[in-house]
Amino acid sequence: MDTLIARVQRALEQLTDPEIPVLSLRELGVLREVRAGTDGLEIVLTPTYSGCPAMDQIEQDVRAKLCELGVAARITRQLVPAWSSDWLGAEARRKLSAAGIAPPQAPAANATLRFVAPGASPPSCPRCGSTRTVQTAAFGSTACKALYKCLACGEPFDYFKPY
Amino acid sequence: MTAPTDYLLQLADTALVLAQRNAEWCGHGPVLEEDVAMANLALDLIGQARLLYQHAATCIGGAASEDSLAYFRDAAEYRCLTLVELPNHGPRSGGAFSQPDYATTIVRNFFHAALMVTLWTELQQSSDAQLAGIAARARKEACYHLHHCGDWLVRFGDGTEESHARAQAAVDHLLPYTEEFWVPSPAELAAVSNGSAPHPATLRAAWDGDVNATLTAATLRRPVQRGYVSQGKFGLHSEHLSYLLAEMQCVARAHPEGVW
Repeated sequence: MDTLIARVQRALEQLTDPEIPVLSLRELGVLREVRAGTDGLEIVLTPTYSGCPAMDQIEQDVRAKLCELGVAARITRQLVPAWSSDWLGAEARRKLSAAGIAPPQAPAANATLRFVAPGASPPSCPRCGSTRTVQTAAFGSTACKALYKCLACGEPFDYFKPY
Repeated sequence: MTAPTDYLLQLADTALVLAQRNAEWCGHGPVLEEDVAMANLALDLIGQARLLYQHAATCIGGAASEDSLAYFRDAAEYRCLTLVELPNHGPRSGGAFSQPDYATTIVRNFFHAALMVTLWTELQQSSDAQLAGIAARARKEACYHLHHCGDWLVRFGDGTEESHARAQAAVDHLLPYTEEFWVPSPAELAAVSNGSAPHPATLRAAWDGDVNATLTAATLRRPVQRGYVSQGKFGLHSEHLSYLLAEMQCVARAHPEGVW
């Protein structure tokens, strides 16, 4: 079982997010675990935003990969603990930045504030590094991003929301 | 301890109906950024509704599914709050086919998000583990919605004479419907008694705090609330819900179990 788990893990770690293909599902925090369940192998996925339309695609990608490996497994969607942008590690943040997406400003998990003053901690521009940035739209191309603009170099960019 | 199915449906119906109303702005937003914003609010709410319907369908068992619960229940079976089913048009604009009013949409979403931030926070401690999990994620989304709508409410209230007047009219029109939040439905009482949800009246102080602070910042007046208490969560709806459901459900009913 252990070698099977390791093999499946290695294979699934190649899968990337359909909307942010620079991140693997593991780096994004969606692929939580590959483990021995009560009735065979179990793949644990945690959705990002409740309504994220990429989740169905992600599950299909996982199924296709399992099929390719010839492995039968059950896919479980686990809601607790709730996904947080804090799960993005240093490497994931570097990759986002290199792709022109400003990584989330920590911390999100402890954000108990009901109202966060806009511009309280503006993201750095992924192009020039300036923190003179301003939000142009609270919602962006995907559920997890907002739109920003750099006042120093003029670059418009996506910001991965800290939630 | 699983939450009563009717309680899950009350939460799911409210999220879905508000999502449907917000989605009416899709392609018609006052500015492009708000068109995207309202569609995103709707997307989050639909996601929450789906998780709740799936949980309810598991509790009901048999042939129940998220689709059967969303598309094959009629208005009298829906348990959404009246606030979320009202049209997007403003109180001063006449009939239901009038121009939609963004101040009305923002005020409605603000009142609702202020409720849900507090409710989801409490539901993280629900004895229903699945509901607690849904709440943990939904709470973050509700915080973002509250922030966004509160921000617009302040801009409208503290903006031009016209935006102030429309925001005040929307507050005057919609605030009475929030009385329904605090009167417990049978489903809520059942949920309280098995530890799966808080009594709604206990959420009121936090809601009042958020709402009063934002109305003050927006230079808007909080009207005195008196009179009729709407009863959407008891299944007694305004005339608007049937029309909304007819539009939302017609494709699923014309092609039951259709796939593409």
